[in-house]
Amino acid sequence: MARRAGAISGPVAAGAVFGLILAALGAVAVRADWPVTFGAADWSVLRFTLWQATLSALFSVGLAIPVARALARRRFVGRGALVTLLGAPFILPVIVAVLGLLAVFGRAGWASQGLGLLGLPPLSIYGLTGVVLAHVFFNMPLATRLILQGWQTIPAEQFRLTAQLGLPPQTVFRTLEWPLLCRVVPGAFALVFVICLTSFAVALTLGGGPRATTIELAIYQAFRFDFDLGRAAVLSLVQLAVAGGAALLAVWILPPVLASVGRDRPVQRWDAGGVLARGLDTGWITLAALFLIMPLAAVAGSGLIGLGQMPGVVWHAAWTSLWVAVLSTGLLVALALPVAAWVAQSTWRGAEAMTLLGLAASPLMIGTGWFILIYPFAAPVDFALPVTALVNAMMALPFAVRILRPAIQQVLADHGRLGLGLGLHGWALWRIVLLPRIRPQLGFAAGLAAALSVGDLGVLTLFADAETATLPLQMYRLMGSYRTDAAAGAALLLLVLAFGLFWICDAWGRRHAGR
Amino acid sequence: MRGGGDMLDVEDLTVRQGDFAMTAQFSVAQGARVAVIGPSGAGKSTLLGAIGGYVPATGRVRVAGRDVTDAAPDQRGIAMLFQDGNLFPHLTLEQNVGLGLRPTLRLRAQERERARDALKQVGLGGYADRRPGDISGGQQSRAALARILLQDRPLLLLDEPFAALGPALRAEMLDLTSTVARDMGATVLMITHAPEDAERAADQVLFVDQGRVDAPRPVAEIMANPPEALRAYLGR
Repeated sequence: MARRAGAISGPVAAGAVFGLILAALGAVAVRADWPVTFGAADWSVLRFTLWQATLSALFSVGLAIPVARALARRRFVGRGALVTLLGAPFILPVIVAVLGLLAVFGRAGWASQGLGLLGLPPLSIYGLTGVVLAHVFFNMPLATRLILQGWQTIPAEQFRLTAQLGLPPQTVFRTLEWPLLCRVVPGAFALVFVICLTSFAVALTLGGGPRATTIELAIYQAFRFDFDLGRAAVLSLVQLAVAGGAALLAVWILPPVLASVGRDRPVQRWDAGGVLARGLDTGWITLAALFLIMPLAAVAGSGLIGLGQMPGVVWHAAWTSLWVAVLSTGLLVALALPVAAWVAQSTWRGAEAMTLLGLAASPLMIGTGWFILIYPFAAPVDFALPVTALVNAMMALPFAVRILRPAIQQVLADHGRLGLGLGLHGWALWRIVLLPRIRPQLGFAAGLAAALSVGDLGVLTLFADAETATLPLQMYRLMGSYRTDAAAGAALLLLVLAFGLFWICDAWGRRHAGR
Repeated sequence: MRGGGDMLDVEDLTVRQGDFAMTAQFSVAQGARVAVIGPSGAGKSTLLGAIGGYVPATGRVRVAGRDVTDAAPDQRGIAMLFQDGNLFPHLTLEQNVGLGLRPTLRLRAQERERARDALKQVGLGGYADRRPGDISGGQQSRAALARILLQDRPLLLLDEPFAALGPALRAEMLDLTSTVARDMGATVLMITHAPEDAERAADQVLFVDQGRVDAPRPVAEIMANPPEALRAYLGR
């Protein structure tokens, strides 16, 4: 048999990622104070991490079900735009969303002002409420799209059949929709839970204090405030055990991440004509749309005012963010293509599980580990930006592999024999067959990676000194020094950068698509 | 190549796929055109796939006297057309045909000229810059044959590449295939469901039934006096 695409480079790339994570873990483990002690404060951090992730997943998925149902069975103007908008939070920089949520739900936000008119006290979204609110903002749309995709796997013929038989709505729900939910919901719940377990930026901005600190935030505090590498190391190990365990459980129920954006259409339904059903669906769709649009509108509005008040460092930070994102995207593509090709053809289940390790390994753990490794030899701050680009690429890898793998499998199923017969292998196979055929998925994955990287406020916070900053970090500093207008301007700039990078990559992928 | 000798020698070729097993032992003379017929699921595609190197098998396969049992599909002196997926949809016809010359697609001017000539030869002059999605099914078959011309392999395997075409177009493509094979001096094995196709484009018939492969026999002889299993298949 001829050499398969990614047969060698795939394991090498996956091994390199694995090795980088392992090296960080090793450094952390050596540095930890053995025997590991786990105090009351650590227990409360662990409890809060699990509790907020559980609540976030419950609310995200619980709200996503009625919204997805409403979207699946209603047709209205702007439906396609709303489905596309559901994809937006995934690539929205966390710190931008936090600013938007504060503008809407904060003490001085629109909602609090509304409550004030009624004589009610203002809302406070710091602490558990804020963390869960922000997580729901990010993950409810993601869960909605996953469940909506599931809904659309129910063939239209089945709804036609139930209409012909005159089955009442309850029966339709029980026979068609309930089994579907049983299939899709656990996966969506698991995905949201794992994502929220390793949440950092949300906890950093909205949480904190003894009652609202996640493990990831505790690593940062141990490192940044106390420079207690031993405690940071212990917390990193706890983080890996918790998130790794959850991710391993989730591997078996995780839904595939589909790349299709708004290419769906509602199915003709006959069981949803009642006034009550109509009103409920309209209500859910309106609420979801407002929940998504209001914070974004708040950022855009205050950002336009703040643009003029941004200090020069913001532009410098934006430039830094841009090249870190470009570097990170290049790294991601170089890693994801061979790994995805390898996983696509591998019969070994572990191949895919290995890439999911990136989802479980915390960026701050990797950052801490590499800080420890670099520290004796050089100033870690000199490596801050390359390490950030690399860690960002590794964090995007599980998503990219899940996007690319089905596409590569399809290409090999459709054209593998022909390529084999013509003697196409190695680089020629990539250049002539694989890359042109998976271009839409590659563009989508690269866009996600670029947007995630440009908006990431994570590992860099460990390394950076006063002179080094990406745009999210600069924005966080502006917020911290109460320069609200300048922060809002930076938020708008960051929003434009993230969506712009995503759009460029995605549009590149879709050009000439469909041939 | 041994003049007048066997082009294809199949010796104890065995494929096992779950419950299904197929064994074959036969030879095909150089220049012969052999129709492979038999009921669905009899193992026709499996047989050609095993000869072509796409289906794992045990036994021996020799092409023009050379043992190719362990060779990759492109190293066997064989060109093969499948039921579908014979062209890359994102490449132009010239590029698709050019792949028959050079699997890196970095074509010199003279090679591009040859690709265009081959397209002309199958009646697709002027279509070099089109893509498969822009032309009809019959034209796609022609383009695939143009690539076969350039691949210039001594043995040609056809796994019903024209099955989706109407009867008149299918007959036309079979004639074109015969012409192409004659020009190249190639030996042809083609799977077909229709006895009239065998009579039109083949000299010999290889009957496959339930994983068993008979030795090829002249078309006229076997059609005049079909064995029991073939009679049942043909419904005569």
